[in-house]
Amino acid sequence: MADRQTIDARGAFCPGPLMELIAALKLAQLGDEVEVLSSDKGSVTDIPAWVNKVGHTYVGTVEHDGYWSVVIKKAK
Amino acid sequence: MSKTVLIVGGGLAGTIVANGLCRQLGNELRSGAVNITMLGTTETHMYQPGLLYIPFGRMREQELYRDQRRVLDRRINFFVDPAKHIDVEKNQVTTNGGRTFRYDYLVLATGSRIMPQNIPGMKEAGHWFYDIEGARKLRDALGSFQGGKIVVNVNAPHKCPVAPLEVTFMLYEHLKAKGLWDKTELTYTYPIGRLHALEPVAHWAKPEMDRLGIKYETFFNTESVDPASKTIKSMEGVELPFDLLITIPPHQGQQVIEDSGLGKGGWVPTNTKTLHRDGSTNVFVVGDTTNIPISKAGSTAHFEADVLIDNLSTLIQEGCMARDYDGKVFCFIETGLSSGTYVWFNYTTPPNPGPPSQMVHWFKLAYNRLYWLSARGLL
Repeated sequence: MADRQTIDARGAFCPGPLMELIAALKLAQLGDEVEVLSSDKGSVTDIPAWVNKVGHTYVGTVEHDGYWSVVIKKAK
Repeated sequence: MSKTVLIVGGGLAGTIVANGLCRQLGNELRSGAVNITMLGTTETHMYQPGLLYIPFGRMREQELYRDQRRVLDRRINFFVDPAKHIDVEKNQVTTNGGRTFRYDYLVLATGSRIMPQNIPGMKEAGHWFYDIEGARKLRDALGSFQGGKIVVNVNAPHKCPVAPLEVTFMLYEHLKAKGLWDKTELTYTYPIGRLHALEPVAHWAKPEMDRLGIKYETFFNTESVDPASKTIKSMEGVELPFDLLITIPPHQGQQVIEDSGLGKGGWVPTNTKTLHRDGSTNVFVVGDTTNIPISKAGSTAHFEADVLIDNLSTLIQEGCMARDYDGKVFCFIETGLSSGTYVWFNYTTPPNPGPPSQMVHWFKLAYNRLYWLSARGLL
């Protein structure tokens, strides 16, 4: 059964939301979802752009008060 | 009845915690109210940041090691007997040697390890400096290098986040001094869309690489390495040829963490402030072992350990926690063989590295010796 994990990378300067996502996807199974919480607005464009480039599935982004939730599904 | 603090792992984090507790709990140790036990995997303690200097002949191997029993306070019960299963429900740890250790407080400091075997071809064709065998092999490869294409390849996750940049700039100066730079093409690859996770460091590194003629490839996450054709391929579809591949392999936590069901990939879910293992009140996590989204670095381990020493001591003596970890990280950055800078940040303060100087480089060289005072809990 597909799993879902949340990475709370709000305020993380290093390694940052995208590096955390890349690391998490390496441990995830096909079909698993990873939600990244980021206070860096750049994540809203960076993460979907990278995910589309490497062939995972971008599920969506939700804006909250001062941070964004970006959800990805491992597709390869 | 005596309270037992059990520390699993004898790296920097575990060693600072053990020695620091001895300093804070002298009376309790003398009266027998507290005892401290450490389970390590080796008789020796290694200064891991020194590995960076081995390929360039700037440190001797023997300078990296001390006898762990001499680094540890004599009041610590030290066993070289790696943990095999950690049972946080029964408050006990069993070891490869068949022993069972019960605890009142558990400190997980098992650290991380490189996993080149997780990327096809990397182990066969890659060089690295994140362990002593790799550093020796890279030293030999650099010794016989007569020019060609070098790729410095960074993979996520990895510890010591500035080391890839350091080795790149040190390589430049090393090759320049040997008269080989004109015959060399050096390419640095990084997993995200800039040259370093820390934005100000990336902004500093880019013009430096442009100035020196170091090439770079961002959004490069290694898919495979072909030892036969000497090429490295990224998930993003870029393929680079190399004569010498220097890789920072992806890391994972220790197998015992996974086998004990304490965290995927060997990373333990940890409270970012109290350093409690999520779901436990008597289990703490320090150093690379946590899943806290900050740099995996010696300084992180050190600052976390300082907080944990205060909290564990206060818990034992006064029944309450003392203070929170604020996310502090400090890294020296060698910007060549004779200059350096540094960066520090925490959960709320962004990094702001200053201009490189010879003085910071010298201080880094001094810290290569002062480290042993840190490990002993004195600095």
